Amino acid sequence: MFKLPKNLFRPLRPVFRPTRLYSSVPLTAETYKDKVSINDKFKKLNDSDIEFFKGILKDESGLITGDDCLGYNEDWMRKYRGQSQLVLKPRTTEQVSMILKYCNANNLPVVPQGGNTGLVGGSNPIFDEIIISVANLNNIRSFDPVSGIFKCDAGVILETADNYLADNGYIFPLDLGAKGSCHVGGVVATNAGGLRLLRYGSLHGTVLGLEAVLPDGTIYNSMNSLRKDNTGFDLKQLFIGSEGSIGIITGVSILCPIRSSSVNVALLGVSSYEMVQKVFIESKKELGEILSAFEFMDLNSQKLVGQYLKLDHPLEDEYPFYVLIETSGSNKDHDDEKLETFLANQMEAELVNDGIIAQDESQLRNLWSWRESIPEASTMNGGVYKYDVSLPLDDLYSLVEASSERLRGEGLVDFEDGSKPVVEAIGYGHLGDGNLHLNVCVREYSKSVESVLEPFIYQWIQEHKGSISAEHGLGFQKKNYVGYTKNDIEIKLMKEIKHHYDPHGIMNPYKYITA
Amino acid sequence: MSLKILVPVKRVIDFAVKPIINKAQTGVETKGVKFSMNPFCDIALEESLKIRESNKGLVDEIHAVSIGPTKAQDILRTALAKGADTSTLVDVGDEEVEPLAVAKILKKIVEKQQSNLIILGKQAIDDDSNQTGQMLAGLLGWPQATNASKVEINGDEISVTREIDGGSDTLKAKLPMIITTDLRLNEPRYVKLPNIMKAKKKPLEKLSPKDLDIEISKRLQTLKVQAPPERPAGVKVESVDELIEKLKQVKAI
Repeated sequence: MFKLPKNLFRPLRPVFRPTRLYSSVPLTAETYKDKVSINDKFKKLNDSDIEFFKGILKDESGLITGDDCLGYNEDWMRKYRGQSQLVLKPRTTEQVSMILKYCNANNLPVVPQGGNTGLVGGSNPIFDEIIISVANLNNIRSFDPVSGIFKCDAGVILETADNYLADNGYIFPLDLGAKGSCHVGGVVATNAGGLRLLRYGSLHGTVLGLEAVLPDGTIYNSMNSLRKDNTGFDLKQLFIGSEGSIGIITGVSILCPIRSSSVNVALLGVSSYEMVQKVFIESKKELGEILSAFEFMDLNSQKLVGQYLKLDHPLEDEYPFYVLIETSGSNKDHDDEKLETFLANQMEAELVNDGIIAQDESQLRNLWSWRESIPEASTMNGGVYKYDVSLPLDDLYSLVEASSERLRGEGLVDFEDGSKPVVEAIGYGHLGDGNLHLNVCVREYSKSVESVLEPFIYQWIQEHKGSISAEHGLGFQKKNYVGYTKNDIEIKLMKEIKHHYDPHGIMNPYKYITA
Repeated sequence: MSLKILVPVKRVIDFAVKPIINKAQTGVETKGVKFSMNPFCDIALEESLKIRESNKGLVDEIHAVSIGPTKAQDILRTALAKGADTSTLVDVGDEEVEPLAVAKILKKIVEKQQSNLIILGKQAIDDDSNQTGQMLAGLLGWPQATNASKVEINGDEISVTREIDGGSDTLKAKLPMIITTDLRLNEPRYVKLPNIMKAKKKPLEKLSPKDLDIEISKRLQTLKVQAPPERPAGVKVESVDELIEKLKQVKAI
């Protein structure tokens, strides 16, 4: 067989390089000194602690100290940097248990870390917390090809898991742009949403069981292979989305659906946000069970991706909004017929102005890259303030307009002019899930921009009955803003749970919840 | 002068799909596998559309033809949606057709359509024969320019540039002629929605080899299809000395 070069017609996703050549990321503790200060109750790490950890881990490569910790201290957006002097990379759940037990007894704070692809600074330390990376817990434990139940260690990379499942005709029920780096345990700990949620639902439904280590070293194990289990509290749910605040997830059991043999992708140009919503209603009606993604993107997000990929947009003319529709089914003829009829109806009803359908696998990937490259494109001018919000669909895009107006009012924005701190506020996201990504693309991080955006955006979301975090979590970024979405009683109950399992508050301190 | 362009297009396993050899070891597994237009054919089609777009009134007709199973209609519909005017499917069922038979069928179509320019992919990515264009040129007695990386039209003369080792090579010929396309000639377009609908109304004629008086007979027999042996994993060496020693061990130096 003739092997075509991978980048036959257009480059696929270019590799994102967190360029170390730039000046180093300022310390989170400096940037946010008005927001956070070190807790003196915690013990300072000393040599005898390190000796103890060496004894547990046995091999040298699992213990990183000093300057080599940089890659674990910084986040990929280059917004946060901690000061940890120690990274531990245990190879077994028992080692995690021994480490936590020691830290708990000695009042040493820890930050659990997966692929370090988080967007809210939740997996990076603020001060000198010990980083416990699960990267070396990376074995696939089992897969049952009849039930589709997949079990693996927390540190298995999402793409590795998905490729393994693909070889067996199955699919991981979650997909996101960072799949090549993020860990299965990390996506569960943060309850990541991603591109397949519309079709397969949230991890609160697909995860069947977990193995996790509590601060006192207790190993909680519910690695079940049961879809149905009504025997009291569903404890695993406490760990899903709790962001390492009560324990470290070390193993995941998850129900995986059959991989669709027929996948189609269409990219559409739409004249207004109102029309986007109409197309969404129609797509649910006409595409029904084969609809697997409905993503919308505004014009500015596409302009940035064009600059980032150095490509012309696949649609010739510009439109205020773009919609990417994916269908997944088991019969290509059936799916093609449905999709083409649906699209013809949309054109006829003038809900859609223009559109294209991918004719082969490379076109399909290229169309997806115009959606999946937005996060990378949004940081290319220097940085990005990310707001990941749930809102009622009516109001979803108004938040982008309101934010852009506010920034303009302060004279901070210009798409071209490099002397202004803000490039533009762009909006895109999983419309099917009521989830907007508002990205304020900046040339540099600055307090003056941040103070214009926060708490304004959070107040706006509260007024419009939304959630300040749809899928990214709270982490450090939103530590003071939980109250905009959760009421006092909810927060009180959360704190009680935190205090019960982590009475010394060693788990991921300085973040959204404290004991 | 006006051009009547013929573009043969082949339905092949999508280039992004990793081919797997079937259990009987008679060929590549095709069940449940995605099929698409051969990328080189897509480039040939794109070139014919470009010629039409950049030379107003020059192109009379672009006719797409596919030789393959009934399913190859999908590929023709794509070609029509991208901009071909008319199309023919020569339905050969699941029969594998060798390049000479393909060339003979195409010759009949050329005569039927009175084509004076044939643009086709230099090869299909399934069998990698790279023979059809050349054989067709022989059968028709037309000039051929293979592996085109650039095509220019000047009056009734066409010049074709090909990439060769250490530079480029330019051929010139008068119509009628045959051009086969290389990878870097152009970048195929996406199919636009309204055109998919229009393509459903464009003509798609269905013929069998018999209708063209062609007998498909195989000259080659496939004995067995096997994957190449797996490459053994490499080794890391600590020093130059060790590298030299290893190379000596395997008698490379």
